[in-house]
Amino acid sequence: MSSVKAPVEKFRLGMLLGDTRYRSTTVQVIAFIIFVAVVFWLVDNTVKNLALLGKDVDFSYLWMRAGYDINQRLIPYTNDSTHGRAALVGILNTLLVAFIGCIVATILGVFVGILRLSKNWIVAKLMSVYIEGFRNIPILLWIVMIFALLTEFTPAPKAFKGADPEASMIFFQSTAITNRGAYFPSPIWGEGSMYLLIIFAVSLAAIFFFRRYAKKLQEETGKNLPKFWISLAIFFVPTTLFYFLLGSPITLEYPYLKGFNFKDGLYVRNSFIALTLALSLYTSAFIGEIVRSGILAISKGQTEAASSLGLRPGRIMNLIILPQALRVIVPPMISNYLNLTKNSSLAIAVGYMDVRGTLGGITLNQTGRELESMLLLMGFYLCVSLIVSAIINYFNRSFQIKGM
Amino acid sequence: MKKSLFLSVAAIVGFTAGVAAAGTLDDTIARGHVKCGVSTGSPGFSGVDDSGKNVGFDVDYCRALAAAIFNDPMAVKFTPLSSSVRFTALASGEVDILARNTTWTYSRDTDLKQTFLGVTYYDGQGFMAKTSLGVSSTLELDGATICIQVGTTTELNLADYFKANGMTYEPLPTSDNAESKQQYLAGACDAYTTDASALHGTRINMENPDDHIVLPEIVSKEPLGPLVRHGDDQWADVGRWVLNALVIAEEKGITSANIDSFADSKDAEIHRLLGTGDDDMMAMMGMPKDGMYNAIKHVGNYGEIFERNLGATSGINIERGVNNSWTNGGILYSPPFR
Repeated sequence: MSSVKAPVEKFRLGMLLGDTRYRSTTVQVIAFIIFVAVVFWLVDNTVKNLALLGKDVDFSYLWMRAGYDINQRLIPYTNDSTHGRAALVGILNTLLVAFIGCIVATILGVFVGILRLSKNWIVAKLMSVYIEGFRNIPILLWIVMIFALLTEFTPAPKAFKGADPEASMIFFQSTAITNRGAYFPSPIWGEGSMYLLIIFAVSLAAIFFFRRYAKKLQEETGKNLPKFWISLAIFFVPTTLFYFLLGSPITLEYPYLKGFNFKDGLYVRNSFIALTLALSLYTSAFIGEIVRSGILAISKGQTEAASSLGLRPGRIMNLIILPQALRVIVPPMISNYLNLTKNSSLAIAVGYMDVRGTLGGITLNQTGRELESMLLLMGFYLCVSLIVSAIINYFNRSFQIKGM
Repeated sequence: MKKSLFLSVAAIVGFTAGVAAAGTLDDTIARGHVKCGVSTGSPGFSGVDDSGKNVGFDVDYCRALAAAIFNDPMAVKFTPLSSSVRFTALASGEVDILARNTTWTYSRDTDLKQTFLGVTYYDGQGFMAKTSLGVSSTLELDGATICIQVGTTTELNLADYFKANGMTYEPLPTSDNAESKQQYLAGACDAYTTDASALHGTRINMENPDDHIVLPEIVSKEPLGPLVRHGDDQWADVGRWVLNALVIAEEKGITSANIDSFADSKDAEIHRLLGTGDDDMMAMMGMPKDGMYNAIKHVGNYGEIFERNLGATSGINIERGVNNSWTNGGILYSPPFR
């Protein structure tokens, strides 16, 4: 018996396809080779054809003088700056729209999502109209439409001129709404404003620690402090007190009409307002649906149990439903934030100078470096998307049920 | 398997690389029509008339080229191109010639690897403002908001001009002429800047042209002309000399109407140009002997093209100014046809 040996199988080439032990590896190797060959061919073909047209791949134009002006600049930039800096100005403009857009879209979306579940028939139906309206019309049309409304139905700066002007500034003569944008008062940081900022930061920290203490106190003794009112007091009282003690270090600079336009103050362009508003409204409709689905995913028994404990509807939503719903809501939010960021590349429709407008628009046109500019743009959007996903995935982990 | 795959990849790459080798003129003749890139719409320069036919100053140049090659001014396929894709379309071979009010500049000639064939229209950048603004000079525009088309040379000139004069401005970028016009009319900008010829064309199409004024200053040189890719001198020669022939024809008084009366002219250059003499000049570029005759016969000389599209008969009413033959006080001057 012991002399019987298992037959030693000799490896034959045919087994690569016939034998299930090797087949999947064979298929994967072949697929990989084909993939590499196709990529190689695409790159090689591009380089060869570019060489044929006498074009090379060269990024040195990024260090050359741009020569054009950009209206909205978050960092110093003149037409003597380089194309690289123009791209950076555009990148910051893109990030500004994306950041503010995401915040506004989230706030709006949560409200819309909750209100769509309201027992009030009119409110629920109005929210359905809102969601279906924004979701089912292309974003580009909303951007252009809001921009057109802002431009056509607001007065030109010229209308503010003269002894009996057609238009006047609002909010105690501090804010001007024109067809070129809105001008707000802007703060001037005088002497001592540094201390004020420090005090404000300390107040914020105090609020944070107070709330932690209040939570601990409630867990240990069941005593419930009026958290909201105390926080509000810490927020306002010390800062206001020191504002007057330090002799009003921060003053406001009001916009005023000079020549063709308003001078000074904070100038928010119509292109920015239109783009941010349209992106927020459009994305909020999607977020609203996600919030609604998240709430509906929590079983009705939770609400009933909470109300049998005597909790009011507002507290049930804040303490019981929303924290659980977040587990369902957060993952699909990532793709909506990413969509908002990517949709911001439609900015050129209203002349907002985002990175698509500077690097992918004017720079591309003036230098003729299409391939390089497009590669850089794609790299930029890819990086932003990956970073946003990473951040939200990090938060997402803290919302999930531990140990699952 | 691996080896044969790489061989076939190499073969495909080699094949694609070899496509663009033949001459553009030969390709065009074989194809039967000229591939011409024009603007998406600029009054007087390129547009579509009521019957759907392409018309305009730039369009007529391509028609003259087609008439010279095929004796048929309609043998052109027009591709409307926005200012941002025009050079890519030319470089990739989507069009073979670009007649799209494009300014001839150093970097476009050298860095973008284009060959400009000459100047069809000497233009300059101007400003338009509403009469009610009370501005009579560009130098009074300090602090103004100015509408401008992105990706054009006008954008760079604007920056240079305001800097040179110590003035500031706020640019309002727009994507094309139509959007600029709309923003300007809505009062979102105080002035609109682009090539003066386009300003005149835009102004005349407004509801009340008298409410708008084109300011007298011309802040840049904008020589507009047709261009082709680097690397095919024969094709560049054809385009260049069709343009020169149109200019010579006006200088000599040859029009589409009277061209046949020059058959027994005593001017030897006319016979060389029209192919009515013994010498076959056009063979030097591989073109039919009566090519220039056909171009002028079908499309007219430079002056006729200008008058039809931009002059008084067109309603746009642009003065000839420097865009006149040197014999009439202009600066159009063609090298001799010999």
